[in-house]
Amino acid sequence: MKTTRLALGLGLGLVAGFAAVSPVGAQESINFVHNTYRTGAFSGSGIPVADGVRDYFTMLNNRDGGISGVRINFEECETQYDTRRSVECWEQAKAKNSVVYVPWSTGAALATIPRAHIDKMPIFSMAYGLSAAAVGGTFPWVFNPPLTYWDGASVWIQYIAQREGGLANLRGKTVGLILLDAPFGREPIPVLEALAREHGFTLKTYPIPPAEMQNQSSTWLAIRRDRTDWVLVQGWGAMNPTAVREAGRTGFPRDKVIGIWWAGGDDDARPAGPDARGYLALSWHQVGTNFPVIQDILRHVVDRGQSNSAREKIGENLYNRGVYQGMLIAEAIRNAQRLTGKRVVTGEDVRRGFEVLNISAARWTELGAPDFAAPVALTCADHNGHHAAFVIQWDGTKWNRASDWIRPDRARIRPMLEEAARAYATSNAGWPARSETCDQPS
Amino acid sequence: MTDVTLTTRKPFLGEGQRNGLIAGGALALFIAALVVATQTGTITRNDWTYKIFVDPFVSMVDMPDLLVQTVWEGFVAGVLYSLIALGFVLIFKASGVFNFAQGIMVVFAALSLVGFYEFLTLTVGMPPGFIAAIVALAGAVGIMFVLAVAVERIVLRPLVNQPDIIMLMATVGLTYFLIGFGEYIFGGSPKVMITSQLGLPTGSTMLDFAGGRINIQHLDVAAAIIAAVMIAVLGFFFQYTRIGRALRAVADSHKAALSVGISLNQIWVIVWFTAGIVALFTGIMWGARSDVSFALEIIALKALPVLIVGGFTSIPGAIVGGLIIGIGEKIGEFYWGPLLGGGIESWLAYIIALMFLMFRPQGLFGDKIIERI
Repeated sequence: MKTTRLALGLGLGLVAGFAAVSPVGAQESINFVHNTYRTGAFSGSGIPVADGVRDYFTMLNNRDGGISGVRINFEECETQYDTRRSVECWEQAKAKNSVVYVPWSTGAALATIPRAHIDKMPIFSMAYGLSAAAVGGTFPWVFNPPLTYWDGASVWIQYIAQREGGLANLRGKTVGLILLDAPFGREPIPVLEALAREHGFTLKTYPIPPAEMQNQSSTWLAIRRDRTDWVLVQGWGAMNPTAVREAGRTGFPRDKVIGIWWAGGDDDARPAGPDARGYLALSWHQVGTNFPVIQDILRHVVDRGQSNSAREKIGENLYNRGVYQGMLIAEAIRNAQRLTGKRVVTGEDVRRGFEVLNISAARWTELGAPDFAAPVALTCADHNGHHAAFVIQWDGTKWNRASDWIRPDRARIRPMLEEAARAYATSNAGWPARSETCDQPS
Repeated sequence: MTDVTLTTRKPFLGEGQRNGLIAGGALALFIAALVVATQTGTITRNDWTYKIFVDPFVSMVDMPDLLVQTVWEGFVAGVLYSLIALGFVLIFKASGVFNFAQGIMVVFAALSLVGFYEFLTLTVGMPPGFIAAIVALAGAVGIMFVLAVAVERIVLRPLVNQPDIIMLMATVGLTYFLIGFGEYIFGGSPKVMITSQLGLPTGSTMLDFAGGRINIQHLDVAAAIIAAVMIAVLGFFFQYTRIGRALRAVADSHKAALSVGISLNQIWVIVWFTAGIVALFTGIMWGARSDVSFALEIIALKALPVLIVGGFTSIPGAIVGGLIIGIGEKIGEFYWGPLLGGGIESWLAYIIALMFLMFRPQGLFGDKIIERI
């Protein structure tokens, strides 16, 4: 009898306990599984980016209770910049109903693009991945704003032309491209080849195998042999600081070495010390902590001891790029909530949210980032925007802006992208025609 | 009946010499044919035969400064490869184990040095500079000693007399432990090597040579000198000291060494500690050329072709093998790389190793394994 009573009591207690707990358990939330690489050979680039995006969503949760009052369940999936692990992270994101997949690797983006429309999870590959994914008619589930590597190639050559006194002066020059021998590294080659033919300069490519990232002496000897006038760096991870060091070692003028936006980390330039002074890179957003959004991160996340980043690294270039990415994704989630009227949105909804993404200068200010970056707007046809970039220069301790905004040659790039998108659809038999409806931005 | 005296005349040349002479003659004929073909216009600059067999050599003669610079860069890389390979050889000699963890030991040692320096200057409040760097260096050496003792106690001792494959797998496990432990302690962010604080020279000297210039980095010269001193000391230590003799006895036979009273455990600690110091030096030099990050681990893979060329059991083999691979791959990348789109360095080392395998499977200085049935 006693045992029966005890069991009954325990049962009632459990029911009461669940009833008390359930309102908290049922709190509305949106899941977001984000690829990171805090470990492995590319962690030098992966960590600041991961810290920036993580801190931004933590700040939104702490300050605003999430987005429109719905908390964001932000979770990291460690890939070590390995495509196989990145694909496993796709499966993990899918299982957890992540509203977006952020590959942080061009190889991973290429591997997962064919799955996006099947699993109904949009891919957000900010300024990396398959350049042709800018064509929304062919790739309705992939978004790569604010500019593609092909745009980057166009900006590179325009900047060199500015320094050389005009495009006509490029004739006879030699431009070298040091690239990580991976899909990411090879992306800008088609545009650079086309521009070389058009403007009469010679393009030399210097692939660096991932195993030789920190062993580039023969590459820089070849640069010397070829009498290369400008060196472009399409690098990531440990390849970048080594390239900057080697430029210093061989005496190549650092102000004629221009990294892509992923070769512009503070930790890419800092290890070379004084040798790095003058090194250039592309960017599209500001550095520093002098923005309300970064101040909010410091107040609501860092001061509470919830950030993984060292305080002095907040506001560095790749950290702010993580924040920038967080802002674009958060805005897409807000758009999705507005379009659907739902508070808890799905991947399909967020895809629609990306297609109407429109952050004007005024909206950047509302988001706490006045003049942080140029306005960015996407459409159903254009998932990239081909927005402008500028050049930054390392002064020995920090990055400074070194050029005006440079617009990529959209008229030239866009037809090439559309052709590449057509070729992709043709070579991937059964690639579906776009059936997704197009929302009008309000 | 006639007495017949059989006399065997000694051949004029040995078999190896004869083969060498034939190969040399064929090569000379080939070169002569190429020269004639190029002179008469049979082979033009656009022919692949010209690009492969003539153009690289023309470039070498036309730009001797670049040839010397390439050989120098290859020499420096080779010295550093030798050091990595040396770490493998020491452990292989003592325990017959291919130490898979040697690469991560390079990273771990360099991170220990930089991490300890940061701790001293930022937390303890020691003024940054040479003294702090030397204390950090001593600390890093201490960490490598603790690691050696821990490896012997926790990994090797329980596995005495287990098959080699078990020992190999234990070092694979050790690699992953050190990766995780290193990331936990030091984080995954790259760190800057304390090159100048350690008193290592920076800067370079330009030498005029044959109408061109050769750029000699002071750090590279220091690396070569320190490596040479280190190898000489190690050579002396293992050749002429009691511990060195004990090590060689252990390498020959664990059981025989035990039977004459040599402590296997002590030898293993000494060898792993020595490999740790070699790893520390390698980490300093590679870290100074780039940054100190887990990407350095990949460089250690270069030791494999070096060991194939030089042999797994020979210290001189590691040095000569390192230099052959270092200079060979730089020359190959620089002169023939563009024909294949560049970036051939990573596999060229293995091709060179493969060629050695075909002719000397035991490596240049390795012990020939003869098993009689």
